[in-house]
Amino acid sequence: MEHPELEQALGRLLGPAEPEVGCDACFEQLDRYVELEVAGADADAALPGLRAHFDGCPACREEHDSLLALVSGEHS
Amino acid sequence: MQVATRNEMGPASRAATVRRMKPLVSATLDAESREWIASLKATGAPRDEAIARLHALLLRAARFEVARRRPTLPHLRGGDLDDIANEAADDATMSVLRRLDDFRGASRFTTWAYKFALLEAAVKLRRRAWQGRELPLEPESWTLFASSGLEPDAEAEQSVLLRAVEQGIEDALTPHQRRVLVALALNGVPIDVLAERLGTNRNALYKTLHDARQKLRRHLDERGFSLDSWLEET
Ligand SMILES: [Zn+2]
Repeated sequence: MEHPELEQALGRLLGPAEPEVGCDACFEQLDRYVELEVAGADADAALPGLRAHFDGCPACREEHDSLLALVSGEHS
Repeated sequence: MQVATRNEMGPASRAATVRRMKPLVSATLDAESREWIASLKATGAPRDEAIARLHALLLRAARFEVARRRPTLPHLRGGDLDDIANEAADDATMSVLRRLDDFRGASRFTTWAYKFALLEAAVKLRRRAWQGRELPLEPESWTLFASSGLEPDAEAEQSVLLRAVEQGIEDALTPHQRRVLVALALNGVPIDVLAERLGTNRNALYKTLHDARQKLRRHLDERGFSLDSWLEET
């Protein structure tokens, strides 16, 4: 990595290169996505566009991480 | 939308489509989720009891979120944090009851309900953390993004790109897009905080951010910057 600070800033400025859903669509599908993850299924294949959205939207990513942590804790 | 085109195929398939569109909740749900829905849609004491159970479930989720974020909120007291968890549980309970018919059994009922509590708690905590703070809507120093100690070639390459990014933000975006991109992507303002100050919502603001990002990408593409090669290095 030659320019780590610049790369990070560029990543935040330009967002994900792949197609992504918006925040509302992300919230709609979040519970299903997390349950697929907990079950070890391919959540990204089943619900495309969420993973890219998590890369571009810190708030939705944080809520995803919380729901995953909460639900995984209950399953273990 | 696909349902509409299927409807054009004729009466038989239309009937089939109507059957498919019905929320087949009772047929597909696990027993626990079915019990939640039935008791929340009941009347009288059984419904009140179910709402109390729902509130307790959502309070647990809201407290879970508060505990996760506590290290980032050193200035908040335990009592304040528990008030926030309770408010989040109250609001999430209302959201769940209001949207009960939207639940289609794509997940367990509790997973579906939890997300409302986590969202409410997270939004309240982000806003609390920024309460009374002025939002940075202008770019701070661009040199923050420049890596130091580079070889002269790399340093020249970096400053050319920085200049192009800066110019793209100035020239290619509308004033609103510029403010939103700078606040969210450069200055780290949480999207819920900016949405509240601008009187809009997260989804609309993210759309603006997305459009601004696409414009900036195009601006840099047109000037021959190979963005993927830069971003792949991370
Ligand atoms: Zn989002």
